[in-house]
Amino acid sequence: MSIAATNSVVLSLEGITKRFGALVANDNLELVLKRGEILALLGENGAGKTTLMNILFGHYVQDEGVVRIATADGVLQTLPPGSPGAALASGIGMVHQHFALAENLSGLDNIRLGTEGLLALGGGSAARKKVQQIIAESGLEVDLDRKVAALTVGEKQRVEILKALYRNVRVLILDEPTAVLTPQEADGLFTVLRRLAANGLGVIFISHKLGEVLAVSHRILVLRGGRKAGELVTANADRRAIADLMVGKSVAAVTRTAPVPGKVLAEFEAVSLKAGPGRARLDAASFTLRAGEIVGVAGVSGNGQAAIAALLSGLAVPDSGEVRIYDTPITKADPRALVGMGVARMPEDRQHDGVVGTMSVADNIAIEDVRSKDFARMGMIDRKAMRARADAAIKAYDIRCPGPDAEARLLSGGNVQKLILARVLERSPRIILANQPTRGLDVGAQSEVHRRIIAARDRGAAVLVISEDLDELFALADRFLVVHAGAVSDAGASEGLDRGTVGLLMAGHAA
Amino acid sequence: MDVLIDIFGSANFWAAAIRIATPLIFGVLGALVCERAGVLNLGIEGIFVAGAMAGWLAVYLGLGLWGGVLVAMLTGAVFGLLHAMLTVVLGLSQHVSGIGITLLATSLSYFTYRTALPDVTSPPRIVPFQALNIPGLSDLPFIGPVLFQQTPLTMLALAFVVVVAFVLYRTPLGLAIRAVGDNPASVEAQGLSVQGLRIGAVVAGSALMALGGAFLTMSAFDAFFFGMVNGRGWICIALVVFASWQPGKALLGALLFGAFDAFQIRLQAEIGQVVPGQVFLMLPYLLSIVALVLVARRADYPRALLQPWFKGQRH
Amino acid sequence: MSLRLEPRADASVTLKILVSFGAALAALVLVAIPVLFAGGSPLTAYGLIVQGAFGSMFALSETLNRATPLILTGLAAAIAFRARLWNIGAEGQLYIGALAAVLVGSGLLHLPPLLMIPTVMLAGFIAGGLMMVIPTVLKQRFGADEVVITLLLNFVVILFVQMLIEGPLKDPLSMGWPQSVPLLAEAKFAKLVPRLRMHWGLIMGVAAAIFLWVVVRKTVLGFEIKAVGENRAAARFAGIPVDATMLKVALLSGGLAGLAGVSEVAGVKGYLSADLSPGFGYSGIVVAMLAGLSPIGTVFAAIFVAAVFVGADSMSRATGISNYLADLVVALSLLCVLVGGFFLRFRLRYERAATPMAGA
Repeated sequence: MSIAATNSVVLSLEGITKRFGALVANDNLELVLKRGEILALLGENGAGKTTLMNILFGHYVQDEGVVRIATADGVLQTLPPGSPGAALASGIGMVHQHFALAENLSGLDNIRLGTEGLLALGGGSAARKKVQQIIAESGLEVDLDRKVAALTVGEKQRVEILKALYRNVRVLILDEPTAVLTPQEADGLFTVLRRLAANGLGVIFISHKLGEVLAVSHRILVLRGGRKAGELVTANADRRAIADLMVGKSVAAVTRTAPVPGKVLAEFEAVSLKAGPGRARLDAASFTLRAGEIVGVAGVSGNGQAAIAALLSGLAVPDSGEVRIYDTPITKADPRALVGMGVARMPEDRQHDGVVGTMSVADNIAIEDVRSKDFARMGMIDRKAMRARADAAIKAYDIRCPGPDAEARLLSGGNVQKLILARVLERSPRIILANQPTRGLDVGAQSEVHRRIIAARDRGAAVLVISEDLDELFALADRFLVVHAGAVSDAGASEGLDRGTVGLLMAGHAA
Repeated sequence: MDVLIDIFGSANFWAAAIRIATPLIFGVLGALVCERAGVLNLGIEGIFVAGAMAGWLAVYLGLGLWGGVLVAMLTGAVFGLLHAMLTVVLGLSQHVSGIGITLLATSLSYFTYRTALPDVTSPPRIVPFQALNIPGLSDLPFIGPVLFQQTPLTMLALAFVVVVAFVLYRTPLGLAIRAVGDNPASVEAQGLSVQGLRIGAVVAGSALMALGGAFLTMSAFDAFFFGMVNGRGWICIALVVFASWQPGKALLGALLFGAFDAFQIRLQAEIGQVVPGQVFLMLPYLLSIVALVLVARRADYPRALLQPWFKGQRH
Repeated sequence: MSLRLEPRADASVTLKILVSFGAALAALVLVAIPVLFAGGSPLTAYGLIVQGAFGSMFALSETLNRATPLILTGLAAAIAFRARLWNIGAEGQLYIGALAAVLVGSGLLHLPPLLMIPTVMLAGFIAGGLMMVIPTVLKQRFGADEVVITLLLNFVVILFVQMLIEGPLKDPLSMGWPQSVPLLAEAKFAKLVPRLRMHWGLIMGVAAAIFLWVVVRKTVLGFEIKAVGENRAAARFAGIPVDATMLKVALLSGGLAGLAGVSEVAGVKGYLSADLSPGFGYSGIVVAMLAGLSPIGTVFAAIFVAAVFVGADSMSRATGISNYLADLVVALSLLCVLVGGFFLRFRLRYERAATPMAGA
């Protein structure tokens, strides 16, 4: 190997192993990155990609293995583990999936944070000049003086990237960067990444989306179950082969028959809702949900989906317009009433809104019905009935847990979702709201959830699926709605609909 | 009406207002620093007591007034360190830890005082801080007695308002503290230590809180009485919300409160025959509750307040 | 070899009891330092405390007497904290309950004891309950933190009581300290044992503990309280009426503290004075935490705290060491049980760390 070739290696991870209790998240992993190279770290949810990058950046300490980063002279040196400060000092930067930004400060403040001695004074103008130069070179336009809380998601991501570039990083890690971008914004990001790589920056880019990875990377490293499943040069890559590497076995795509839509079960008529904590506004949204039909809601998160979900969950009432369930307008925020009417709701954030972690599996399955005659008599709880229901649900939905009395926080994400399905599908609901139903789940759990949703549709339920994952929507939805900046547009039947059209609508352009 | 003009027009009134406000300035600044970093410090009431007792005792034992000030700050810092260990390092409930610190600091102060001075019938006294006499400034009309005849600790409190504001808004340290109270992940991702920042803020804030107590025994009065703090610490916690966690507004809030309290004392002198004294004494607490209720809805709480952080945790 | 912390999957009841005992023990051990500082011998002090608390029938009665209001304020804190409602206002709720008892029971009504006592109890319960409902409503409507408001209200209530005792409710026959008109004999709690101060309030306290245990373990309300306390967002999403549940908790919690006030007036003093409670409300918080928020455990924790206070009084008379030692023990217990809670959530694990691979 010539000196020049060795010198171009900028990062080397060797024998990285990381365990969380009994789970081996990373198993003897190896990774090499060269200058100017874009490496895609691909794998399904739970494959260990984020864990590996967190180790690289110093958020976690590996149990075994070593990370080596090249100095300015190209000599590889061991990186002290467990310290983001050390990683940054060595030239490694990271754009986190959930932005590590202080929302009460400006973009410039966030970029300067931690870069000066704590009591140093007066570095402001020099810092600003440097950032503006980086903006000019990279094309990452953003207002440096606005509070981050006021920026759009795309702009926040740009601040995250600028943070790293300001620190003169030589390796940039991006964790699922396109999860919050429209297809067009994602393309813009890729253009920037290519330019940066052409200037010598090494890029590692985590994704579970095959299409993007093929579009932008030079090399692909596939992880599965914490181990390296394969490594290929993108130019030679075969889509089918990579998919098999990711999943390990061919998982039959979920099939669905043509829908037979029945009568209207739920209707939004010119519904407007003001923005609230953690949700953007909704403007005069109108759509219907019919029995036996799955309607998919596409859109970048933060464009009004949360408002639709809140209204259909019974957590909010419209400011104007009407939400009708079986022709009855909703006038009070009363989730219990909706449950009683046969509306099943799967929350977007399972851990936050879906389960009470310190209560048992049985309690969590029964939680929506605890006052019903099945479980309560004269205010006293019938624990035997609850446990019986839990036992049946655990069996029917294959919920992996130590038992019905185990605390729900011990369950993995996929099993929590199965618990929620068991809870809401039990009463044969006629309307189902599935909000990000497979976020964070591995492919096996994903197809199971999809199958249950389609089965519910086939039994005559009206289903609304909100998802950031266009693949999932194309797999499930019979009809598409697209949200952008509070406005809902009807994209029509999914049959014959192409991603480009949906992408344009997601970005706010008329199709 | 004339009564009101008499009251509000007198320099004595405003001088009293500033004097009454002084312990609150220290307390609100201290609480502000802790909460900006994301830690609620309900130990403030106890730290006031401890600062009052320890500072006074140090002077009584011969360390001099400024020695007493130093001892008070150190005492506050130690209790702050304990609170920080429990809440920041171990991630335990900030509410319970704070109440525990208040109970501990208070009972320790009372126990120490009783043990050190077992047989006193009336509390022994020290020579407290005297009013300043700055040539030129202290003789100015109105401004002289109001501002420049205060005691050194009051001037120190005012100085700290400037210092805290400067550090918070003009130094990288202050930037880091404001960041850690909003999103600790942002600080950790930039290579700084979340725990180090929070521990430092709580220790510094607690030292400031203790000065509030020290003012009571070393400046406003000259002896230590059981029950002398009487809820001032809790009032400061309410005032921090009212001050929106900003030092300038903290000063304003404390001054407004001091003025109100001075007013209530004067009013009692005027109409105390008709209305029972307790009504007036209730007013400061009721005012604090009203102030808190009025601003709570729009309050810009530090987003990470009350949330423990463990290294390596995601969002 | 390295020490690692990992989350504990569950904590058995035995472990929880062990932690509570350990905390109490740790507090007692730690307090040896102040005893030494005061020039005393820790072992002698401990002995005197135990003897002062349990050494005779009289001592035992005093301890149980002292435990009675602590059981009630402990239960008040326990049920509130379970719902993450930070009721630090038990002291004020106690006084308002006592006030209501005196207002109703000192001559307003004339009923036979069988009706009088429950009436007085009801008045105290409702008064105390309302006293906690108000801050809870303020929190729900205006987002104002109940911690500070309940704390400040304590001061307001005590001043209010002082005002009434020195004014309209003043007992014209008392000489010296102001105190209220006394309760009618029909409204007072009978003594449990002649010539000892223990009274029926103790039975009321234990009954309240059992009642709360049933509520927490076996009722729908208890289920909803747990859900609301452990994850408010998920409870709301599932349809549990969070606000209504919190109001019920507030009523219960404040009411129990109010009953503590009724108990002291009707069972011990017979009238209301400004020094009715030497901090029972605040001590109740420690009792609840020591009990791990368990209703039955509260009874035992209350007896422990009461024993410390009664024993320390006795020890103080014998040795001259300040009886603020008791407050120190109580404060240290709270902090120790807080730290103990950490070990309920995490376990220490020794691990043989593999050495990272040396160069390639």
